[in-house]
Amino acid sequence: MKITTKHKNYLTALAGIAIVASFVAGRLELSQLKDVGLIFATCIASVPIVIKAYQAVRMKAFSIELLVTIAVVGALFIGEYVESAVVTFLFLFGAYLEARTLEKTRSSLKELVEMAPQEAIVIRNGEQTVVPVEQVDEGERIIIRSGGKVPVDGRIVAGQASIVEASVTGESTPVVKKLADNVYSGTIVDSGYVEVIAERVGDETTFAKIIELVEEAQESKTKTEKFLDRFSNVYTPAVVLLSIIVYVITKDLHLAITFLVVACPGALVIGAPVSNVAGIGNGAKHGVLVKGGEIMDTFSKVDTLLFDKTGTLTKGKPEVTEIMTFGRFEREQLLRIVAQAEMISEHHLGKTIVKEARSKGYDMKTPAEGEIIKGNGIRAKVDGHHVVVGNRNLIDEEVIEIIGEIEHYAVARERLGNTVIFAAVDGRIEGIFSIADQVREDAPKALAEMRKNGIKKIIMLTGDNQYTAELVANQLGLDEYHAEMLPEDKVEYVKQLKEQGHVVSMAGDGINDAPAIATADIGLAMGEGGTEVSMETADVVLMADKLMQFSHAYSLSKATIRNMKQNTYFAVGTVFLLLFGVLIGSVHLASGMFIHEASVLLVILNAMRLIRFNHKNTTIEEDLDNVVSLGYNE
Amino acid sequence: MTKAVFQLEALTCPSCIKKIESTLDKMDGIESAKVLFNASKVKVQFDEKRTTSSHIEQIIEKLGYPVLASKVS
Repeated sequence: MKITTKHKNYLTALAGIAIVASFVAGRLELSQLKDVGLIFATCIASVPIVIKAYQAVRMKAFSIELLVTIAVVGALFIGEYVESAVVTFLFLFGAYLEARTLEKTRSSLKELVEMAPQEAIVIRNGEQTVVPVEQVDEGERIIIRSGGKVPVDGRIVAGQASIVEASVTGESTPVVKKLADNVYSGTIVDSGYVEVIAERVGDETTFAKIIELVEEAQESKTKTEKFLDRFSNVYTPAVVLLSIIVYVITKDLHLAITFLVVACPGALVIGAPVSNVAGIGNGAKHGVLVKGGEIMDTFSKVDTLLFDKTGTLTKGKPEVTEIMTFGRFEREQLLRIVAQAEMISEHHLGKTIVKEARSKGYDMKTPAEGEIIKGNGIRAKVDGHHVVVGNRNLIDEEVIEIIGEIEHYAVARERLGNTVIFAAVDGRIEGIFSIADQVREDAPKALAEMRKNGIKKIIMLTGDNQYTAELVANQLGLDEYHAEMLPEDKVEYVKQLKEQGHVVSMAGDGINDAPAIATADIGLAMGEGGTEVSMETADVVLMADKLMQFSHAYSLSKATIRNMKQNTYFAVGTVFLLLFGVLIGSVHLASGMFIHEASVLLVILNAMRLIRFNHKNTTIEEDLDNVVSLGYNE
Repeated sequence: MTKAVFQLEALTCPSCIKKIESTLDKMDGIESAKVLFNASKVKVQFDEKRTTSSHIEQIIEKLGYPVLASKVS
């Protein structure tokens, strides 16, 4: 006894045709034919409803279908064939329309799910075999060609490709991935060819975890929803009881039945969750995981933002910000020589210089002679030159003079937050490399946007020294900063703010910030490619590490909560209007059913606006350009 | 303890959630049952010694919800 959606749609259409035919018959004054048609329509449309009601009763479960069945039997009993036909038809047709529109609000998630890879090309016994993704084991070697989907999380062992990671990070610009880089399941190879060793497969992949998180998030309820749930738990039996009372008092079966059907709390039950689903789905598509309705609600109330510095407001990866030369060498030439010398270095600053040279495409050989002076720098022989690269101590030790002009420049660079590295060739200082952890490009814009949207205070908490903290804070125009903080100090600070009545969000890039993230009202993690710890502890995860995603999520949460409130007020209003209408006799069974179904559709349509919500389209864009250029000029 | 996920046809009425959850919760051997309304999925934790995933599937279908796919892990 399986009634599938398809069968139901046929029955609905048939009942609709029968109703139209009977009205035509009525016009032609064939009243008997009209009644036959209407009863026929009622019977057809009742089939799926009665079956569902019966199935539920058999399992001792209450259902809306049971209410409708009782009402229809009652209507047939008192000879209201028009009402019985129209009510059953509208019930089915309404469900059909709801399914169609609900599908749209769920479409963001569905699009994500559809991005899931289906098959993989695996090298087994030296041969390429195509297998379903479920059958790929950890450690297997997989081939992905141009246009193919990455089927697992893994590491590239051969080849190079530009990969679109939109499914994981929400970013549609392709990224170039080379040997030893990580690739993620669900991403698409735009061009190129890679061979990958599978590290996580099936349900363990980042992509599968994202989908699971979003699915779970869409179910988790806000306080409003929980209230509405409790409300409808009381409300539904209350309505049954009331309609019995109405019947006992008025002896009017018709009125009692109308009351019963019209009072079904459809829009009320669906209005709030549907906004949440659309909002969370929108976030997921833009690379922001908001873990549930409750979090949406709190997030929209946040007025104070706390940030960690390194890796959150800044990129967390030092970069060469300037190379200054003082003599015989061109900039490129000096970089090449110094980078070759630094090939022997284990220090992260040395590695940064090597990386800079590599990104310029220089071909470099490790120097034959070289020595690391721990904590200070290196000495090496490159192309017959004696090269010394390091800090002031090393240069002093080598008895190389730092003349006034160079010293002046070095101090100026340090004031700007750089670490300064001196490069001496054959006993003379030839250049200075400035290295700094730079502020994220989108930070000024994102912070300005969030301020416009209602953030009152932006504060930075960092373990770094006073000097660097001050620089970053000034550069971004933060309200406050606190330097040299240990993880427990950060937690204490978050607690204090909460006690003062602020709703606090804390954003950090991972494990050392985890306690503060957990303490804050809303914890945000930068999930660069989605590390497991950050995805699981935080309330909100920014998959592409973009602060603009933070800003998007903030305005999204406000829009979602606004949408939910609209729906709730509308639904409550409709129910009371309907009940009132029934009691004063101006709303009948069929028209009541119509208004009821229409109100359900309206709340769904309202929620659908959230799917396309994009804060970038709002008007603040232009003023922000000024703010951004100011920020960068400093 | 075994976990099974059943994919249903798109759910439309929120009252289905309670119907399915409360019916399954009453069954012997079922630790927890959760309906993901928006994903139209049912997640069930059950004791494989006392019931089977195909039996759970039958119950869901008997309630009037055709199961499109199931996955046991």
